[in-house]
Amino acid sequence: MGERDKSLPLIELRSVSKQFGSQEILRDISIKLYHGETLVLIGESGCGKSVSMKLMIGLLKPTSGDVCWNGCPIQERPEEELLRDRLRIGYLFQGAALFDSLTVFENIAFGLRQNTRMSNGYISQIVDERLNDVGLPKSVASKKPAELSGGMKKRVGLARALALTPDVILYDEPTTGLDPIMTDVINNLIIQTRERRPVTSVVVTHEMTTVRKVSDRVVMLYPLNRLKPGENQVIFEGTASEAFASQDTRVSQFVKGEARERMRELAVA
Amino acid sequence: MASVSLKDSEANCIHRLGERTIAAVESVGDLMLFTLKTLRWMFHRRPSASALTENMFEIGVRSIPVVVITGGFIGMVLAVNSYNQFSQMGMETRLGAVINISLVQELGPVLAATMLAGRVGSAMAAQLGTMKVTEQIDALWALGAEPIHYLVVPRFLACFLLIPMLTALADGIGILTGWLLSTQVLEINSFHYWFHAEKYVMPYDIMSGLVKSVFFGAAIAMIACHRGFRCGAGAEGVGRASTEAFVASFVAILALDFFLGVFLTRLYYVLWPGSLSLV
Repeated sequence: MGERDKSLPLIELRSVSKQFGSQEILRDISIKLYHGETLVLIGESGCGKSVSMKLMIGLLKPTSGDVCWNGCPIQERPEEELLRDRLRIGYLFQGAALFDSLTVFENIAFGLRQNTRMSNGYISQIVDERLNDVGLPKSVASKKPAELSGGMKKRVGLARALALTPDVILYDEPTTGLDPIMTDVINNLIIQTRERRPVTSVVVTHEMTTVRKVSDRVVMLYPLNRLKPGENQVIFEGTASEAFASQDTRVSQFVKGEARERMRELAVA
Repeated sequence: MASVSLKDSEANCIHRLGERTIAAVESVGDLMLFTLKTLRWMFHRRPSASALTENMFEIGVRSIPVVVITGGFIGMVLAVNSYNQFSQMGMETRLGAVINISLVQELGPVLAATMLAGRVGSAMAAQLGTMKVTEQIDALWALGAEPIHYLVVPRFLACFLLIPMLTALADGIGILTGWLLSTQVLEINSFHYWFHAEKYVMPYDIMSGLVKSVFFGAAIAMIACHRGFRCGAGAEGVGRASTEAFVASFVAILALDFFLGVFLTRLYYVLWPGSLSLV
């Protein structure tokens, strides 16, 4: 991501809007991610959390506005430079997005083989370390993704995201579909990863235990079709405890998992 | 009121037609840009040997049975269908020329390419489409691999290089089965069969069939990969991408066959003015 100026946000969405065809997902949102923090993005399904993450890593281009890395808009960068700089960001996909045709070992080693000239021995050593970091035995390395459980896939996805020792890690719903124990395992892995080395993280989640446990700062997005005229799509920005104590019923009911307001809206509709 | 609603319906028809035309033009334009990007990456960085070998095995080796069956039946069908007409004129010994020239110039390349569009093209579109909907293509980007370089270039090269070879195999098998049926079942003299075949089938005819197959191979690969990369969401999207890949490849094969046929015939007369040919 180039030279660092720590006073600048590491990643910034500046007045970003995103449309897919005629469907508007994000409108004029601004989010800043600072060095070393863990930012948690929350909001109802379809409000644009995952789209925001894909904009942050440059997998999607904004319809308007700028996505900046260290203060520089990434749209102005050549494609190959973007491809190289993107390696500083690790991405744990919602469904892990492991390559079906490759083994666990090959999945974790993929980024290293594509972008470095490390020897096979050194790559094997890194893969073993990453498997150990995420609490998986070495015997998993020879398995194909189809042979793994949901929790194991997420952990292999995390090991793959960590293989290139990124400065930023984006977690897209890391605990969705997992049992409570495995959810806690993943939450602990996020914390351990941050403790091992200074890494900046963004976590998209619906799990309030994850919000409480891992967040330094929480940003809540609201679906565009339910916003009041002139209202910003980012309806909350603050700490987790502030979110739980929020006077805004949309925020407090979301974090507490209460559906009263929503049911009333549905009844009116 | 009636005239207003009539105008509205006319406007809607024109609007829909316009929308479809724009969508079709956009899709063709997008395919062209996708092809240019593939060619740029092909010359910019070599694909990995393992990816190329894997795709060559999948596209080339695994297609051999389908191609052998296709070629074999074309040769026999041509022999059976042409025999009655030629024997009525007492020209059954010319069957070798007709079977062989039809095979190498037209039926071999077109039918082999059609079979491969079904077997290889649909599978490629479905595979890449699945990778798209499960975010594996995004994962490639995130891990510093250009998906077109990593996924499309090896498939394009494998189709481009191997479909002509598979076509040559289909031609060869068709010629063999046509000869076997003509000489063993229809009792045509083998010497005369080959005498006329040699006299009328020029090296240029064989070459023109293989040149066509190079274009067919490139078209199948590009259309299938493009459809896979532009696949819609879910199982429905993958299914549609696979079907669209086959239909679009088939139309492209027929259109390319016509235009290349015209071009190659003209070229023949430019290169050898006044020469004799069956076409």
